[in-house]
Amino acid sequence: MSVLVLVEHTEGIIKAKNFEAVQYAATIAKQMGITATAVVFGAVADAEMEKLGAYGATKVLHVADKRLDDLHGRAYAAAVTAAAKKEDSNIIITLHDINGRAVAPRVAVQLNAGLVAGALSYPDTEKGFVVKRAVFSGKAFAFVNITSDVKVIMLMPNTFPVAEGSGKATIEKLDVAFADKDFNVKVRSLDKVTGEIPLSDARLVVSGGRGMKGPENWGLIEDLAKELGAATACSRPVADAHWRPHHEHVGQTGGTIRPDLYIAAGISGAIQHLAGVNGSKTIVVINKDPEAPFFKAANYGVVGDVMDVLPRLTEAVKKFKQHK
Amino acid sequence: MKILVCVSQVPDTSTKIILKDNDTAINNQGTTFVLNPYDEWYALVRALELKEAGVASDVHLITVGRADVEPVIRKVLALGGDEAVRIDADSNDSFETAQYIAAYAKEGGYHLILCGKEAIDYNNGTTGVMLAELLDMDFVGFAANIQLEGDTAVITREIEGGEETDACKLPVVIACQKGVAEARIPNMRGIMAARTKPLKVVAPAAVLPLTTIVGYAMPPAKAGVKLIDPTDMDQLVQLLHAEAKVI
Repeated sequence: MSVLVLVEHTEGIIKAKNFEAVQYAATIAKQMGITATAVVFGAVADAEMEKLGAYGATKVLHVADKRLDDLHGRAYAAAVTAAAKKEDSNIIITLHDINGRAVAPRVAVQLNAGLVAGALSYPDTEKGFVVKRAVFSGKAFAFVNITSDVKVIMLMPNTFPVAEGSGKATIEKLDVAFADKDFNVKVRSLDKVTGEIPLSDARLVVSGGRGMKGPENWGLIEDLAKELGAATACSRPVADAHWRPHHEHVGQTGGTIRPDLYIAAGISGAIQHLAGVNGSKTIVVINKDPEAPFFKAANYGVVGDVMDVLPRLTEAVKKFKQHK
Repeated sequence: MKILVCVSQVPDTSTKIILKDNDTAINNQGTTFVLNPYDEWYALVRALELKEAGVASDVHLITVGRADVEPVIRKVLALGGDEAVRIDADSNDSFETAQYIAAYAKEGGYHLILCGKEAIDYNNGTTGVMLAELLDMDFVGFAANIQLEGDTAVITREIEGGEETDACKLPVVIACQKGVAEARIPNMRGIMAARTKPLKVVAPAAVLPLTTIVGYAMPPAKAGVKLIDPTDMDQLVQLLHAEAKVI
């Protein structure tokens, strides 16, 4: 018996958030006196998969089928279910991200398992199997008890700090008999954002709102982001006015992010915007209006004109990096 | 072609969440309910566009809830749609909800099932995928564009670190997000028409929920904002480094 964790990779590289998922699975396994097994799909080098040992996985099941290099929810779910059966796993972990959300719900149905999405805690097994999660877009937490024998937990990325230990995982090949229907969804074209940090993975984010006055001023946001190694985001009016692409829009009807640092420049902080960013660990608000509601949700506030403050902040970051 | 749109009533975004009964329930007194924006603005409006374009013949709405959700359902019927179905049950568990909808939808002969990418109350984003699994259908999530080419749906969706355009033969379940359509406001004719549209109430299938919410908590109050002199950004950088430890 083991705790099973789905591990994703991007062109053969396993990302930090997946190490976090492995560590989460291994911690639960340890509590229960069992081991953690990772399941990995597609083309990945053995050396990359062995690394998962440093985060607590003792074994990796590798489903090497090349078709799994693209996201096929049905095939991924079939493979996770096959791995869970092989490992006799009663607890299955994925991330609450785009891939996890395509896979975990199908696995839950296949295994008749209760599912908790967006988990923020380890299960409390004192009175059942209770997992904490955010609800109402971060305005409250709910404690969800899973009552089925098999349990699926989707961990919210960037919830626990990741510590690299030592150890190598052993790798086993797993052959899964896929059905044709598992690959019904055909990829026609693919447009990967290269060279930029994907917003959903970014630890640091610099975001601009209407207070930036126009797309011509976005160089100020980009300069700061570049200096910090941050991704860029924007508020809804900015995306609606086509100053910035829609995928940068964070908030209620856009994306939800939980970076370590969110710097909001010229964003007043409407409740719809907060719903998308209130999971951020530290929030800095720069706004010339001291009454902007965002200041109430901020850790640090700068009352001033973004056009002056942003270049100054970029300079300060540059100076800090030189002296570090 | 028949389209089913899965919709859910949620507290309006500006609602202040208040707990009751020893933090085991949410106090809904005085709460304004709206249709989940992802369901309404994107999934429903796209379904209506497909009907207006002559591609879809029927647009049905389905929701799981008690009679108190009907005013919101009537309101969105004013935007369009031929009929609505309410499964008469309370559910806080997406697997449970998906099973209720699947039990109804499997007899309906739907070619396309649309839902929002998630509901803004419980933020699961899992019901649509479960529904697809229960109905043995394909699923495409995080859709930003949906076109139909004969019996094939062509969907542009967000993937990890980019965008992908997929083709999938119908039937398919698609979870919609920004880009799929633009929000609409109902007109007077729609509001009048909605009053007489069928709103069927269906008894729920027998389903045993596998999760229960045992309690709620409010987030800890923010310590309050620390204001920094706008001319002294070195201080802010120092605080982000030494105090917040984020850079």
